[in-house]
Amino acid sequence: MFDALSERLERVAGRLRSRGRMSPADIDEALAEIRTALLEADVELGVARHFVEAVRARCSGAALSKSLSPGQQVVKAVHEQLVEALGGEALRLTYASRPPTVVLLAGLQGAGKTTVAAKLARWWKAQGRNPLLVGADLQRPAAVEQLRVLGASAQVSVFSEPGDPVATAVAGVAEARRLGRDVCIIDTAGRLSIDEALMDEVRRISTRTEPHYTFLVIDAMTGQDAVATARAFHEALALDGVILSKLDSDARGGAALSVKEVVGRPIVFASTGERLADLDLFHPDRMADRILGMGDVLTLIEQAERTMDQEVVARSADKMLSGRFGLDDFLEQLHQVQKMGSLGGILRLMPGMNKELRQAADQIDDSQVSRVEAIVRSMTPAERADPVIIDGSRRVRIARGSGTSAQEVNQLLKQFKEMQKMMRTVGSGAMPAMGGGGRLGRLAAAREMAKSGGAEETLAGMMADNRPPRPAAPTDQSAGAKGRRNAKKKGGRVTPPKGR
Amino acid sequence: MIALWIVLGVLAVLALSTAVATSTRRRRSLGPPAAVATRGSSDIGANAVSEAPEAGPGPEGSGAPALRDRLGRTRGLFAPLRALGARGELAAAIDAAEEALLRADVGVETTTALVASLRQRPDGGADGVLSALSGRLVEIFSENPDRSLRVDREPGVVDVWLFVGVNGVGKTTTIGKLALARRDEGDSVLLAAGDTFRAAAADQLALWADRAGVELVRGAEGSDPSSVVFDAVHRAKARGNHLVLADTAGRLHTKVNLVEELRKIRRVADREPGRVSEVLLVLDATTGQNALAQAREFTEAVGVTGVVLTKLDGTAKGGVVIPIERQLHLPVKLVGVGEGPADLVPFEPAAFVDALVGV
Repeated sequence: MFDALSERLERVAGRLRSRGRMSPADIDEALAEIRTALLEADVELGVARHFVEAVRARCSGAALSKSLSPGQQVVKAVHEQLVEALGGEALRLTYASRPPTVVLLAGLQGAGKTTVAAKLARWWKAQGRNPLLVGADLQRPAAVEQLRVLGASAQVSVFSEPGDPVATAVAGVAEARRLGRDVCIIDTAGRLSIDEALMDEVRRISTRTEPHYTFLVIDAMTGQDAVATARAFHEALALDGVILSKLDSDARGGAALSVKEVVGRPIVFASTGERLADLDLFHPDRMADRILGMGDVLTLIEQAERTMDQEVVARSADKMLSGRFGLDDFLEQLHQVQKMGSLGGILRLMPGMNKELRQAADQIDDSQVSRVEAIVRSMTPAERADPVIIDGSRRVRIARGSGTSAQEVNQLLKQFKEMQKMMRTVGSGAMPAMGGGGRLGRLAAAREMAKSGGAEETLAGMMADNRPPRPAAPTDQSAGAKGRRNAKKKGGRVTPPKGR
Repeated sequence: MIALWIVLGVLAVLALSTAVATSTRRRRSLGPPAAVATRGSSDIGANAVSEAPEAGPGPEGSGAPALRDRLGRTRGLFAPLRALGARGELAAAIDAAEEALLRADVGVETTTALVASLRQRPDGGADGVLSALSGRLVEIFSENPDRSLRVDREPGVVDVWLFVGVNGVGKTTTIGKLALARRDEGDSVLLAAGDTFRAAAADQLALWADRAGVELVRGAEGSDPSSVVFDAVHRAKARGNHLVLADTAGRLHTKVNLVEELRKIRRVADREPGRVSEVLLVLDATTGQNALAQAREFTEAVGVTGVVLTKLDGTAKGGVVIPIERQLHLPVKLVGVGEGPADLVPFEPAAFVDALVGV
């Protein structure tokens, strides 16, 4: 995502970096490039203009910093402006004093509302909340069915009844209250902003259910029309925020910038993959880092903290640094990482991922991970602890056992050896040279920017562990169990979650 | 904290390199073989047909007036251009044209080329900028004159139309509408629910199959879509249907494995007695410049033969099809202008351009 935008800006910045001084003509040229980049990234024309002018003001207004080259100064100005344009501070979700907290999702057809609804339910569940999904999309054939299936895999009950969407939504909220659910997510039908009847319907849903949060779900691939759509929905529903879907595409995602600018409400969540776990709080500052190619380390760390077993991590790190990291430990780590979401999605967040690596990350899927797992599992404990003993015949056996080829086994062993070598380097205090060229340079630039106040949260900040407080801490695990008991009493109208 | 980061980083890079090195595999392992479900016997279909307008224009029917009427709502993008033109301000009018084109998602490259050509040859002066622009746009579309949908109705051969695209563009709905239209055209249609990934996608298509009174072949959720299409082709042959409309799961064109899966579906559909005669890329009119990337990648992977532009009844202009026609020479064949069964009409360049510039 945002690939091309960051690449372009990097190219512009690279050209400027290579020059000692910057003339007004240079600035003009840089700004023209930035404007083109923004337009190609689908930023709305007016928003792009505004953005460029703001960057110009920053460039010319600010006192010349001695520690930054002129090029770095433009990059810094673009970065600051991006952070501002993308939302400043993240929205802090609070909960209604009298539950349930009602969340209304609206948007165009195919924006991804139903999937986002299920992802949100899963997200709140992970936060220790106890959500209910309400299917008020009675328009699209089988939309409620889709929500039920997704709800089942998120282990969240789904309420819906045929007939009138407004009545269904109202009944859904009542049902959530009756069941003691603290979050009630209402999925609505996709509608065009100019469809007066349907806009009126969603307005009535809003009036009758009095949602605490109304979110517009918008496709990250949306073009110039994002502004018209966002404006119309905002006028009808007074949006509290925006959820950006399909951000795992290679769309440059300029819609995020446009919508934020027009609606003036933050982008709250970003949906970044096909799995239910692929939903994250949207962090404008991090996104700006991402746009500028600095990676999104904070999201990675946060995901890790949320899902990984700290003890296992600490043990592995210990082994790693002392050079006793075996394939068993590798497998354990792999499982930890997998808990965080799809591997490709995680890798995209790594700093210093250039275009080639990012494309490679796209090719990773979970079945490949399971192949790797199969190979390791086909080894004896002795082989796992010390892969050096694996000879030709052992290799053939392992390949046969895992249903792979000797080449694949070889490849894994080779990579593992490289990794061990890398770990030894880390253990001896040097930085690992990973993620391709330019990473160290970028990190250095990020640090420099942090020093000059450009990036509020950079790697340096991350390492000092000064993360912003999370909006909602995972609490109250017992609430989930209580809700599930309640779900059993419900009497036919709620789909009980399957597969518990 | 640092230790955690190192573990993550090293591991991630390792996993990346191994996984990439391992031969590319499909995301979804082979599921249970697709089951053939017979749906939509003619009496069910008759029920639904009564609510579907009989006069749904077929894709090859005279749908031009319909498109023109449907695209009536304009955002007035080109209104400033007209005003400036009337006042004789040529340069300002051309600037306004540039702005309007950009706002219609035509994209920087094509807009720049169009505007340069207007500056070079301002046919008709300031007042004529609008009509000159319309002319240039229609010219772009006229480079790809063949917008027909191919169906051979050859005995012993089952024509397969494959529908591809990213998530949420309206593939399933398009197939549903097209099933009705083709049935009315006299085609003997069978639907293949090749979207085995999205929850309830097959159910959604089943409702359309009922409405059109055509048969649907579906597999279990998570089953191999190729096997569903394979079964559909053979089922069609056995039943004497000569056209299979095959749905596929929405997939981002950047996901190599999923694109690989699509290639396989195409290969399987092309095997006797099947013949892939159309691969239709469904594009959402609200999509911006990413549509070009979609068109390029899907064409490279499965040989797209035409574009279906959906959701053109909204405020979005769908101008991105202009660079798609111009650079990739992919013809837009159908246009979706609403949720009703009759709201799928043949693409008409002149009507589209008129609606775009608001003549």
